[in-house]
Amino acid sequence: MTDATHKIQEISRRILENGKVDKIIGYQKGSMPMMNTPCVIRNPANVGQLVWDSHCRLNLAKYLGNTKERVGIIAKGCDSRNIVMHILENRIQREQMVIIGVPCNGMADKWKLSALVDGEVVAVTEANGNITVTSVSDEKAIPRAQALQENCVLCKHRNPVIYDELTAELVEEPQNMDRHESIRKIESMTPDERWRFFDDMLSSCTRCHACRNACPLCYCPTCFVDESRPQWVGKGMDPVDIRSYHFLRAFHCAGRCTDCGACEAACPMHIPVRLLTRKLEKDCFDRFKWSAGLSLDQRPAMDTYTPNDPNDFFK
Amino acid sequence: MTTLIHIDKQNWDRGIEASRKQYHIAGPVKDKEFHVFRRLENGELPDMTYKSTRLSPKSLLFPQSEIMFAYTLDETAENAGMMQDVKADDFPCAVIGIRPYDAKAIQIMKLNFDAAEYQDPYWIHAFVRSTFIGLAINEPESVDFSTSCGTGPFEETGLDALMVDCMDHYLIKILTDKGRAWMHAAGFTTAARETAPQTLESMKAEAESKIASKVSFDNIREMSVLDLYQAGFWEDAAFGCINCGACTYACPTCWCFDIQDEKYGVRGIRMRNWDSCMTPLFTLHASGHNPRSTGLGRTRQRFMHKLKYFPDKYNQGIMCVGCGRCIVQCPANIDIRKICDRMNRYEARKGDCQCQ
Repeated sequence: MTDATHKIQEISRRILENGKVDKIIGYQKGSMPMMNTPCVIRNPANVGQLVWDSHCRLNLAKYLGNTKERVGIIAKGCDSRNIVMHILENRIQREQMVIIGVPCNGMADKWKLSALVDGEVVAVTEANGNITVTSVSDEKAIPRAQALQENCVLCKHRNPVIYDELTAELVEEPQNMDRHESIRKIESMTPDERWRFFDDMLSSCTRCHACRNACPLCYCPTCFVDESRPQWVGKGMDPVDIRSYHFLRAFHCAGRCTDCGACEAACPMHIPVRLLTRKLEKDCFDRFKWSAGLSLDQRPAMDTYTPNDPNDFFK
Repeated sequence: MTTLIHIDKQNWDRGIEASRKQYHIAGPVKDKEFHVFRRLENGELPDMTYKSTRLSPKSLLFPQSEIMFAYTLDETAENAGMMQDVKADDFPCAVIGIRPYDAKAIQIMKLNFDAAEYQDPYWIHAFVRSTFIGLAINEPESVDFSTSCGTGPFEETGLDALMVDCMDHYLIKILTDKGRAWMHAAGFTTAARETAPQTLESMKAEAESKIASKVSFDNIREMSVLDLYQAGFWEDAAFGCINCGACTYACPTCWCFDIQDEKYGVRGIRMRNWDSCMTPLFTLHASGHNPRSTGLGRTRQRFMHKLKYFPDKYNQGIMCVGCGRCIVQCPANIDIRKICDRMNRYEARKGDCQCQ
């Protein structure tokens, strides 16, 4: 059991027993290596199911829903930023939640780990800063820092930004990091090159919408792709419709996305969908010095106005 | 009528090419990171070393998006405003390297698309022109629970021939005239050695013994639909599910579709697309009423359909072949084996609310 797991269970039992919350949203152990399942715990006797390790990739803010209950929620840095967004967007009240903050050293990239070994991965273990991947016929170890998801490598907010409880000491935040090298590379392409790049990138999309459904921002009662009266987007496999879905979704996340990486972790086809959301995230920072989910006291870039707005048409 | 054929691997590519005179070839091929199962272009060969494909071969008979009719609204045209059939491909297709569980899945689909009361012309047309040359699984993956689902790594159901990879050669068990016809077209006619039947039997037993993953669903048949539908465990079982369509699209037996019209200027088409019980549009009524308005209801629908409604209606086992694709691809690790187990164990605790 990891220290974080132990602490999460201890805090969860306490706040369920003393009636501070009705339920805990956390993770339970999955049935496959490198996988855990989000779960809800209501009975203090069941807190032993809760786990925390390097494979808690999804964003639990997604699972808050629009509940009226009092919720205990486990939050790493990015989850906590999306909880801030949920509060700012009036989805949930701060007072409803007991936020169990987990200072985070990043989540492991299941694709990177799978690619290390020949054959199907049967076990993944972690000790002394190394992750060991075992397949039927092979075994390899890799330093944990090299096994992280890209969004975790680029993360500047590993500590929860709001919390009521902490599972460990806060971790050091990286400074002066270039987060947007890959985005600038795309920006420097000619329009034709860029078109081909995105066409190729999206060519394996099956429109399962896992990226949208894993996203803590995607809670519209009816998503524009599901709208049928009138219909906005074609429902077939026309590349125009696939593009429309991805591009519009990214725009709808502008100024709200925390680059938590849930979309990319969820994609069964391993499409780097964050390349779209990060461009908007970069633009929001470049234009408005705005990073989503860092403060409860400031309105998001896209739902406010200031007289010094850089756009001419505002003046 | 079974015959055992021997193919040296060095002759394999030549045989595939020879058969192209009479057949299209469909098979597994690597596209970027994953294997896909699709029609192969001239010169493209099936990758017979593949393990599994992300999406199943069901798309060969049931494309994700398929045009059924086309029309024009150009009033000067003779057929203005009338739906016209779209010409289907009549050329035979050899489906090479299909896994036994995927062939079994096509037999399950046949119950829906080729039923006494309804004959789906598109699916049947594609089915009839297909010859299924299966490839046995010597090394089942850990998520493979096919032997619990009425199939297995060497199962012959739904195949016209079964190929077994024996290192430097293939052994082929011809199962139907269609299978024999493709072997002839490919020039594969060398009889296998006398010891081949024993080789096949022992390889089959070895492959089956490697399947450690089992599910049991015996009790589900005896339960009442309503009891199971109202069971308390669904809240917990469905909580992690994000209601994306990854499982339903990867599934070789998910057969639901949705019909859509699309118009481009004066031209238009009527097409059918894969539907998914995970989406809020699934069976949404024209009135606006949604019989499964919550994520929980939709997750429950998927498992109830596969493990309860289908067995009750057809009495032919569950609507799952144990390929494990949905388990591997689920972003939230919803595992059909665990859900099946909860459903199967439910009756013992009937009446208890299993909400936590």
